[in-house]
Amino acid sequence: MDVTFRIRRQNPDVPGQERPYWQEFSLADVDPTDRVLEMLHRIKWEQDGSLSLRRSCAHGVCGSDAMRINGVNRLACKILVRDVGEKIQVEPILGLPVVKDLIVDMEPFFDHYKQVMPFFVNNDPLPEDGRERLQTQEDREKFDDTTKCILCACCTTSCPSFWANGHYVGPAAIVGAHRFIFDTRDQAGQERLDILSEPNGVWRCRTIFNCTPACPRDIEVTKAIGEVKLAIRKGTNVGIIQTSAIH
Amino acid sequence: MQIHKHDAIIIGAGGAGLMAALYASKGGADVAVVSKLYPTRSHTGTAQGGIGAALGNLDEDKPIYHTYDTVKGGDYLTDQHAAKILAENAVEAVIELEHMGLPFDRTSEKRISQRRFGGHTRNFGEELVRRACHAADRTGHMILQTLYQQCIKNDVNFFDEFQVVDMIVVDGAVAGVVAIELGTGEFHIFQGKASFFASGGWGRCWSVTSNAHSLTGDGAAIALRRGVPLQDMEFFQFHPTGIYRMGILITEGVRGEGGVLINSVGERFMERYAPSAKDLASRDVVSRAIYLETRAGRSIKNRGYMHLDVRPQTVNRYFAEEGRDRADFIDDSTVERKLPDILDFCRTYLGVDPVKEPMPVQPTAHYAMGGIPTNIDAEVVIDAAGTVMPGAYAAGETACVSVHGANRLGTNSLVDLVVFGRRGGMKMAEYVKGADWAALPNDAGAEIEAEFERIRKGDGKSRPGALRQLMQATMMDNVGVFRTEETLQQGISDLAELRERFYTDLQIDDKSRVFNTDLMEAWEFGCLLDLAEVTARTALERKESRGAHSREDFKKRDDENWLAHSLITQRGEMSDPSYEAHFDKKVDLSLWEAEIEEGLPEEQQKFKPIERVY
Repeated sequence: MDVTFRIRRQNPDVPGQERPYWQEFSLADVDPTDRVLEMLHRIKWEQDGSLSLRRSCAHGVCGSDAMRINGVNRLACKILVRDVGEKIQVEPILGLPVVKDLIVDMEPFFDHYKQVMPFFVNNDPLPEDGRERLQTQEDREKFDDTTKCILCACCTTSCPSFWANGHYVGPAAIVGAHRFIFDTRDQAGQERLDILSEPNGVWRCRTIFNCTPACPRDIEVTKAIGEVKLAIRKGTNVGIIQTSAIH
Repeated sequence: MQIHKHDAIIIGAGGAGLMAALYASKGGADVAVVSKLYPTRSHTGTAQGGIGAALGNLDEDKPIYHTYDTVKGGDYLTDQHAAKILAENAVEAVIELEHMGLPFDRTSEKRISQRRFGGHTRNFGEELVRRACHAADRTGHMILQTLYQQCIKNDVNFFDEFQVVDMIVVDGAVAGVVAIELGTGEFHIFQGKASFFASGGWGRCWSVTSNAHSLTGDGAAIALRRGVPLQDMEFFQFHPTGIYRMGILITEGVRGEGGVLINSVGERFMERYAPSAKDLASRDVVSRAIYLETRAGRSIKNRGYMHLDVRPQTVNRYFAEEGRDRADFIDDSTVERKLPDILDFCRTYLGVDPVKEPMPVQPTAHYAMGGIPTNIDAEVVIDAAGTVMPGAYAAGETACVSVHGANRLGTNSLVDLVVFGRRGGMKMAEYVKGADWAALPNDAGAEIEAEFERIRKGDGKSRPGALRQLMQATMMDNVGVFRTEETLQQGISDLAELRERFYTDLQIDDKSRVFNTDLMEAWEFGCLLDLAEVTARTALERKESRGAHSREDFKKRDDENWLAHSLITQRGEMSDPSYEAHFDKKVDLSLWEAEIEEGLPEEQQKFKPIERVY
């Protein structure tokens, strides 16, 4: 099949391209099961080497190639041509400054992540037998969903609350905090809840729900945010929601 | 050029680099991690099935069994003392990862859960053992995330999206590295008392690969160009189960959970090639079997792929045949719970649901056993005698200790990077205490900057993407699973032609400074080209078959002449280099020698190089 790409481009380093503009590319012999990333590569490798994007693993695990494809945040390597049709519009994710073409400045995103203490804290002495700390598989499963996060920013940059206020930590950072708040081995849950109850924490979330369908790892992001909100209200880390009642 | 001065410069932010960063920091060193990717994008994150360690949480297990499996898996090219260190340190390293918060799956005893993996056995090959510690089928993701999180906790300095393109050697010691800040295109010098290469592999030399686009072997190529020999480059592993045509990895854990490989006549063909371990024989054995079945006309639809079947009815049928306990039988929910990412990949890319249909798989270029030679403390060594290059360290896939010998066992890549990243980090912290920064030469960085200007000006007709695809195709055809003198000569001559085009006819569309991926891909192609060349040349010279190196014109392993590591050097102009390969670096056989010394009769010796049977 033939496919037409319409790509949002910008290069601050080239006179005349400092402001964003659209450029069209046509590709022939496209297989419906080709990944959008492969098609962007074909454009780059066969037609215009200056087309710039991030990518690495090409199968949805490294989180490099988040972009807005036909108006929806996707990983270009995890969406197939047949899923988006023969007219494909690609633009950078929203809410972060564009560096060049499809590449945005990820620093604000990672800064937010670092704010929520996204690391394991347990100051007790290590087990005397020199072995692992114990945890039941049931307790392990409570935070399984949020361990899947690859920090691609699809959720945060789909969130209207984040677009409106870039100081909001955003869904990805809350997911990062959730992974530790509900880990029975961790001891800094209350500190994270305190951070997230600040004005730019979870209460900026208006449950708009864009984040959940945006997640390429199928994390129930809105539910995780709801669980953190519940934990703040209850002042505990036992807020795991068993049903989808918050939706 | 801006100069950054730190005790230790770590190149690459995957598992090995982050482990080294953590332990060097804990040892008091001021560390800078310089990486072309954001750390969480590193390829460690794609490792699936598990990390091997003889914890014995589910089956009786000992590090010496793990050592034996590693030596045998490496077709006896493995350095035995290094393998022993690997297996012994694996236990404490995995426990430390758990203490850092890594969310392993758990047993009913609340301990780290373990699964079977290819080539991992109990009691010197007696039966398969559950040794791979896992977090679903995203163990590498959890390792990478956990280490990055701990680095944040410990305030490690990161220079993200700074790509290292050269190293500075002063009087035979490493004085630092040169990097390009991708966002601006500016060159920076990172001056360190020590530099640690943890920059990953070069699977992108081949067209069907499980490797990320960014795995272009930058660190190994830089070392090679600066006079460091590379070791055992002829050994590159093809993993038997990549998704057909795409190469995306399907973990060996699928077979660990009971999945089987089936040919076009519905036969579980591995029973013929490896009567005991069957589908869980080592990877080189299974990949060759797939090629041989294909040649015999038994690939699915005659297209060179096989079916990997993990449907519960299939798995349980074979479990019943083998007399396995009914408690081991699986159902749909077992597959969903233990292999969620695999199901996701197959559903997304193939429209195949592995619970209901078999997966189409073919061998995929996966892992470099060879690389920058190091000793067991990750110090770079530059000759057969083990002379250390002061200030130079390497670990992970880019290094060659050698614990993987001629063929790496599944899970041992993760073991390698945590064990030797950790050891190297500790060693480096000690080293920098007693070392000083070497004075930089006046023209530091000038040479590589000029090389980039040459590339940027390219106004010929050969795009880097096109050249790379041609290289990948010839490597796949001529330097793949099976090799002969003729195919290897063909490969070398194709590479020479591509080199000529790279240096005389390159076309670069993007002349700008900011995030110039056209430029960087061209330079990375040059790295791949050098590594492809030394792979083909050492493969041509090694006239035997061993592990992943399979010569159809020399089918047998030949310990008398070839039980030795190769070292290859590159000299001269990059546009027309000359190569020299030597096969005189001894394999460490110390465990076998100790058995002889103990007076063990030959039939009781476990580490004697014998023919490998699975």
